[in-house]
Amino acid sequence: MEKKWAEMTPIERRDARFETWMSAPGVQFRNAEAEAKYKAATKRFRDIVEMKKVPDRVPVLPFGIFMQPHLYGITPYEAMYDPDKMLGSQLRFIQEYQPDYYVTPALVGYGKVFDILDYKQYKLPGHGISEKSVYQYMEGEYMLADEYPALIQDPTDFWLRTLMPRAYGALDPLKMIAPFTDMWEVVTVTTQMIPFGIPPVQSALKALLDAGNEAMGWIQKVMGFEMQARGLGYPGCFGGATKAPFDLLGDTLRGTRATMLDLYRQPKMVLKAVERLTPLAISQGVRGATMQGCPVVFIPLHKGADGFMSDKQFREFYWPTLKAVILGLAEEGCVPFLFCEGSYNTRLQHVAELPDASCMWVFDRTDMKKVKDTIGKKLCIGGNVPSGLLLTGTPQDIKACCKELIDVAGKGGGYLMCTGTAMDEGKADTVHAMVDFTKEYGVYK
Amino acid sequence: MASDLMSALADLKEEEAIKIVRGRLSAGDDPLKILDDARRGLEIVGERFAASEYFIPDLLYSGEILKEITAEVKPKLSTGPAAKKVGKVVFGTVAGDIHDIGKDIVVFMLDVNGFEVYDLGVDVPAQSFVEKIRETGSGIVGLSGFLTLAFDSMRQTVQAIKDAGLRDKVKIMVGGGQIDEQVRGFAGADAFGKDAMDAVKLAKSWIGG
Repeated sequence: MEKKWAEMTPIERRDARFETWMSAPGVQFRNAEAEAKYKAATKRFRDIVEMKKVPDRVPVLPFGIFMQPHLYGITPYEAMYDPDKMLGSQLRFIQEYQPDYYVTPALVGYGKVFDILDYKQYKLPGHGISEKSVYQYMEGEYMLADEYPALIQDPTDFWLRTLMPRAYGALDPLKMIAPFTDMWEVVTVTTQMIPFGIPPVQSALKALLDAGNEAMGWIQKVMGFEMQARGLGYPGCFGGATKAPFDLLGDTLRGTRATMLDLYRQPKMVLKAVERLTPLAISQGVRGATMQGCPVVFIPLHKGADGFMSDKQFREFYWPTLKAVILGLAEEGCVPFLFCEGSYNTRLQHVAELPDASCMWVFDRTDMKKVKDTIGKKLCIGGNVPSGLLLTGTPQDIKACCKELIDVAGKGGGYLMCTGTAMDEGKADTVHAMVDFTKEYGVYK
Repeated sequence: MASDLMSALADLKEEEAIKIVRGRLSAGDDPLKILDDARRGLEIVGERFAASEYFIPDLLYSGEILKEITAEVKPKLSTGPAAKKVGKVVFGTVAGDIHDIGKDIVVFMLDVNGFEVYDLGVDVPAQSFVEKIRETGSGIVGLSGFLTLAFDSMRQTVQAIKDAGLRDKVKIMVGGGQIDEQVRGFAGADAFGKDAMDAVKLAKSWIGG
């Protein structure tokens, strides 16, 4: 009889998650060749993460969000508002460029959903910025300086009745409802329902219904692409996604400036808040990995990069809860995929504290020799193909760059060839060169 | 007393700095002198940032403290402070990109180091840079950008400056997010700076300082 989840060790859990991913449940492979390709790509990924054996070759992931549409002349606006067009470009991209994995187009999001909700935290293409611009974050204090106690007391209630009304215009009336924990037994149920009789609250609920309908139609299309991609032999490389707790505070809630000032004005509140958000961040990653049947959990890192804060501040405010998220995910058999846009040279000493083969770190503008020497013997590493070179360089430049990466970072396995940033644009000859050269030169003998 | 404000600000002691300012104002001290001490405090912040003792949170915090000091002092100010400027810089985030945190930090550091900075904001069309260079006669231009789409915008901005016949009158620096030496070459700028310290060094070298 199979062991129950609760009795399994973290490694057994990870094995089980890898097996699920590798077995491609529900996927109709086009032919035996596609199936073999899928199996080889997932095996290659598993090998670099586990670090027990050297893979057959360096796996390669040109990580793009708007890059794939861009390569086919589709603007970010069209990508966000015309899912058929966007998904068509994704399908063409994997077939023409043949990366080892596809990046889920779900990262693009659906413009109609944001419009219905009147989303305020980002500017979307064609809305105050050009249709050729990708979505861009609007810095702001979506949580106010004196709201830490409310967040810490009940993050879900804070999201529902404070953050969501502020960040989504159509959900503003949700601030009129009462906390759901007020609803207990017969005497409070009727009164709890009163706000739902108010027209503005009803219009907010209607917005959620409308957005839900749009999201449902969209995800069916996205999943259609994903199953087709897998059937062609391309596994998706992400199961779930989550964030470093400090980034949840610094990006989503308080904004960069306010968070940085809070480090001085209310450091204890900052610490309490990130600790409070930690189990929620773990849970989100685990649920995504389970739902998608892939152990890899994408974690884009922001405020911890070199230069953003001092090493002391990193150690005190950023690292402990990020580490807890990584360990919590690993405990559940997930593979945290730390995506470090911007350089990370000064943080490697902390990363080195993590248990062997517990996660993977994908870098950008970081000294990869130093990475290999400090953490690369115990943890899977990747990345560092610069966007500047990809977009303005020649195929020869890219080959030289990838050769160096394979020689230095790829030595002995445990390395993923990957762009240093999530690409918004592409250049056909260099992206081809990145994939083709890695497949040719990256073979381990 | 004078040095107290300077070190309170340099050491990021917010309450202490404000207390000193209030005390000096009620004692009838010259508001311009107070601002000058604050400016010297910020210079030290800038030096510590350059020496990697301070980081972005410290810079933002010192800027915040300065804002409060200025608010305290302003009502008592009869004439504006006329600090001598060492050079003029036109600065902005290029077209299509709305990121401002990096830009603001560089502008702040240039300002602290005595430059007159004309900050054009974000998503700045190439032509606006050209017009501002003409209007101010600035010899230095800073192009900031976080996204990869800034690569093309930077190139177009440099081209617009060239087309306007101003290219040999200005030195152009680029920086931010995904910008590197490779992109500098692509854009046709004179230099790439990886952070605010680089920007100050470049600007100083270009004015011969």
